[in-house]
Amino acid sequence: MDKFEKNLEREVTAMRECYRSGKTKQESWRRSQLKGLQTFLKEKEVEIFRVLKQDLGKHYVEAFRDEVGLLRKSLNLALKDLKKWMSSREVKLPIIALLSSAELVPEPLGLILVISTWNFPFVLSLEPLIGAIAAGNGVVLKPSELAPACSSLLVNFLPNYLDSEAIKVIEGGPAVGEQLLQQKWDKIFFTGSARVGRMIMSAAAKHLTPATLELGGKCPAVLDSLSWSWDKEVAVNRIIGAKYGSCAGQVCISVDYLLVEKTFSSTVVELMKVLIKKMYGDNPRESHSVARIINKHHFLRLKNLLTDQMVKDSIVYGGSMDEDSLFIEPTILVDPPLQSTIMTEEIFGPLLPIITLDKIEDSIDFINSRPKPLAIYAFTHNEVLRKRMVSETSSGSVVFNDAIIQFVADTIPFGGIGESGFGKYHGKFSFDTFSHYKAIARRSFLTDFWFRFPPWNNYKLELLETSYNYDYFGVLLVILGLKKSRRRFDIN
Amino acid sequence: MASEMKEKEVFDSESAKELVKELRASFVAGKTKSYEWRRTQLKAMLKMMEENEPQIVAALRDDLSKPELESSIYEIAMLKNSCRLALKEMKHWMMPEKAKTSLTTFPSSAEIVSEPFGVVLVISAWNYPFLLSLDPVVGAIAAGNAIVLKPSEIAPATASLLAKLVSNYLDSSCIKVVEGAVPETSALLEQKWDKIFYTGNGRIARIVMAAAAKHLTPVLLELGGKSPVIVDSGINLQVATRRIIAGKWGCNNGQACISPDYVITTKDFALKLVDSFKCELERFYGKNLLESKDLSRIVNSNHFARLLKLLDEDKVSIKIVHGGERDKTNLKIAPTILLDVPQDSLIMNEEIFGPLLPIILVDKVEDSFDVINSSGTKPLAAYLFTNNKKLKEKFVATVSAGGLVVNDTAVHLAEHTLPFGGVGDSGMGAYHGKFSFDAFSHKKAVLYRGFACDAFMRYPPYTSGKLRLLQALLGGSILGIIRALLGWSKA
Repeated sequence: MDKFEKNLEREVTAMRECYRSGKTKQESWRRSQLKGLQTFLKEKEVEIFRVLKQDLGKHYVEAFRDEVGLLRKSLNLALKDLKKWMSSREVKLPIIALLSSAELVPEPLGLILVISTWNFPFVLSLEPLIGAIAAGNGVVLKPSELAPACSSLLVNFLPNYLDSEAIKVIEGGPAVGEQLLQQKWDKIFFTGSARVGRMIMSAAAKHLTPATLELGGKCPAVLDSLSWSWDKEVAVNRIIGAKYGSCAGQVCISVDYLLVEKTFSSTVVELMKVLIKKMYGDNPRESHSVARIINKHHFLRLKNLLTDQMVKDSIVYGGSMDEDSLFIEPTILVDPPLQSTIMTEEIFGPLLPIITLDKIEDSIDFINSRPKPLAIYAFTHNEVLRKRMVSETSSGSVVFNDAIIQFVADTIPFGGIGESGFGKYHGKFSFDTFSHYKAIARRSFLTDFWFRFPPWNNYKLELLETSYNYDYFGVLLVILGLKKSRRRFDIN
Repeated sequence: MASEMKEKEVFDSESAKELVKELRASFVAGKTKSYEWRRTQLKAMLKMMEENEPQIVAALRDDLSKPELESSIYEIAMLKNSCRLALKEMKHWMMPEKAKTSLTTFPSSAEIVSEPFGVVLVISAWNYPFLLSLDPVVGAIAAGNAIVLKPSEIAPATASLLAKLVSNYLDSSCIKVVEGAVPETSALLEQKWDKIFYTGNGRIARIVMAAAAKHLTPVLLELGGKSPVIVDSGINLQVATRRIIAGKWGCNNGQACISPDYVITTKDFALKLVDSFKCELERFYGKNLLESKDLSRIVNSNHFARLLKLLDEDKVSIKIVHGGERDKTNLKIAPTILLDVPQDSLIMNEEIFGPLLPIILVDKVEDSFDVINSSGTKPLAAYLFTNNKKLKEKFVATVSAGGLVVNDTAVHLAEHTLPFGGVGDSGMGAYHGKFSFDAFSHKKAVLYRGFACDAFMRYPPYTSGKLRLLQALLGGSILGIIRALLGWSKA
């Protein structure tokens, strides 16, 4: 570990020298790196699909939809808008600031540490990397050791496509993570659990390093009683697609649990059974469209969620698990006890509890009595309910009539609140997250407000006050001696 | 005296917990969310200032011997402006911001909704104890939060006055002031806040952020640093000197986070600069600088001793070219200029925060940038006086700081359209104007989708046909999608 520590310090020092040389600030450098990432994704696509299958059992279409395709879209956007993002913004000033101008200039922060996680090992490593590069920073990326094949691919091949003086990939587990956190970074971008998020922020505090923490939570879906069968089918497809179809529910923005009205729940359950079969066939394991559980530890964790007798009794569909292949089939539960672990901790797996309510409006209190999630999903035509959802609940985002898809939208910020984290990214928000917007004010020597300077007297006070109020007429009155001072107390 | 004072209740962890509970209940009940409530509070704050200006000025004089003009303008008038701006613009700030949507989520519409964080903690500083307490509070109110304000105990008269005025004028079920020092602050920091806004120094900031980490509370830190001033030749020296003096001694006698900390100029120009300083200082403050009533005193004996330690270091005291006088009884140190101070001295390695102005000499003015960047830390502000366009460009490109000003000092903080905040060791986050509202708001993304079109290629069973469609969809081209649908593209 000592040797690693020494090497790491040396590397970070060298990276800082590289950053100081100004290389990463150049638009041409940023473009070349983003293009390098594009080439990496193109040339290594088959390999990427292979390692995602190996680590997580992801089908290559899922891998494209959720990882490679997303990254391609983000790279296209970054390359297209880079110049615009990098340009300084003129700032309006009031008339009294005569012959002055002001602007906001985005500049990189310096060296960024990106700590990624295992469920979307490519997109959660490279999406922040895209933002950090576009903003002109040097970057160290630490992918998750829990997805070892993916991590190896990144460590061994990504450097061939990028400037390894300024961008490095470092493999390892918690011990390596701790070593990295001892160094001083200009920003830390972390995706993972709240528990580790606390440790990251504590470490960042030692160096006053700002952080973005993308955490998780129990993201609820509220399914209102829809009357049209088309709507019902689309809604249920989207829910089961979000739950089982993306990394088998091991997603921070998965539908964790579903809230429906009692009278609607059996319709929903029946429809789900039909549509699950349609998506995954009679034997979901054979369909190879449901990802695996990442490892034994998480498999056992999920298995344990179902050991409680009352929870077991609430299973209405699925429930079968195979430890050898780390496979859990799409499972539905109806009304497991609210104090059971499955309803108090983030599930992160293909188990969907459905909680029934008397009326759908009760979902608002239900959601508010729990920690703020990364997302809330509401399937409803009811305008009043929609408005209440937005104004009476708090979450990273709210999506109406769909789920997970907000990850793909790069014009809205993606991030959490409270236990689900802070900071945001995607699209230009990524660029902003890794930039410092420096305020520049320019003054001329020509206009000088002589009343700014001592020795002080009441006259100067009146002038300053009217100026500060942008009360131009007032200024004139003071100068003409027509405005009486209303102050009657003694200056000294 | 002690017997006349009412017995103060101890404010400990339990008290802090109860306080937060009460405020959270107020917040959850929706009290602070309405536009009317926010408006009422801001109007009350304006009224509070209008009706109590003499008391505020008196408290600032007690705490800092702050000249009345500085109190009226740099604290009260600036705060009034903040209130007025928020009152004028708040409705607009509160409206959701429409966001464009792209092909990948077609059909959809989206917006970004600003919502309050909840219960926020504002920890203020002693040098502008009125402004730095209430300016963040204005932002927090405008954004709809419940607030606890902890003013600095190093400015006790202002802290007391704030406690009294806030409870008299503002809604005390939602906005409270907690007076006290380290024990009270620690008790507050143990609680779970939805955001913490801290103004002060780096040492305490680390403690604040570490405490916030336990609850995953986001923080905004307004810190300081050594804000350098580069002075080129070929400028209007008189105006430049006046502006530097105004930013240094005119701002609480150098005890301000954006005060010019030190000057860098060329060997050739230094003496002219020093002469100009001497001349303008006398013009502003008279012959006897130590006696001038237009200069704040040093806040307390701790800081007084700290500043003397910087000044009396052997290799530094011989460099004094103007000033150096001190009056321990009245906690005054005269405006002092030091020429050609060694870079390894104490005075050049910590934020001065006082009326001492070291001048560092370089051969050519371009060398200034290396001096600034060699410290490895980014200050809150950096200033440059020059008429040289290339130098200005290099300044903006190479010096990283919270904010830069060309040909003046400190003025950028009065400009509400500019974000005011630091970077690196000088802090994180920014405020003033709409940035204050944003600092205390959670920007929630809301995406509206319909049931009409369903992108069936999202769902299993997965096929290469679906892959082609996804490639086209994520590639963002309608033509690509058509081709994929017609089977004309390769997977």
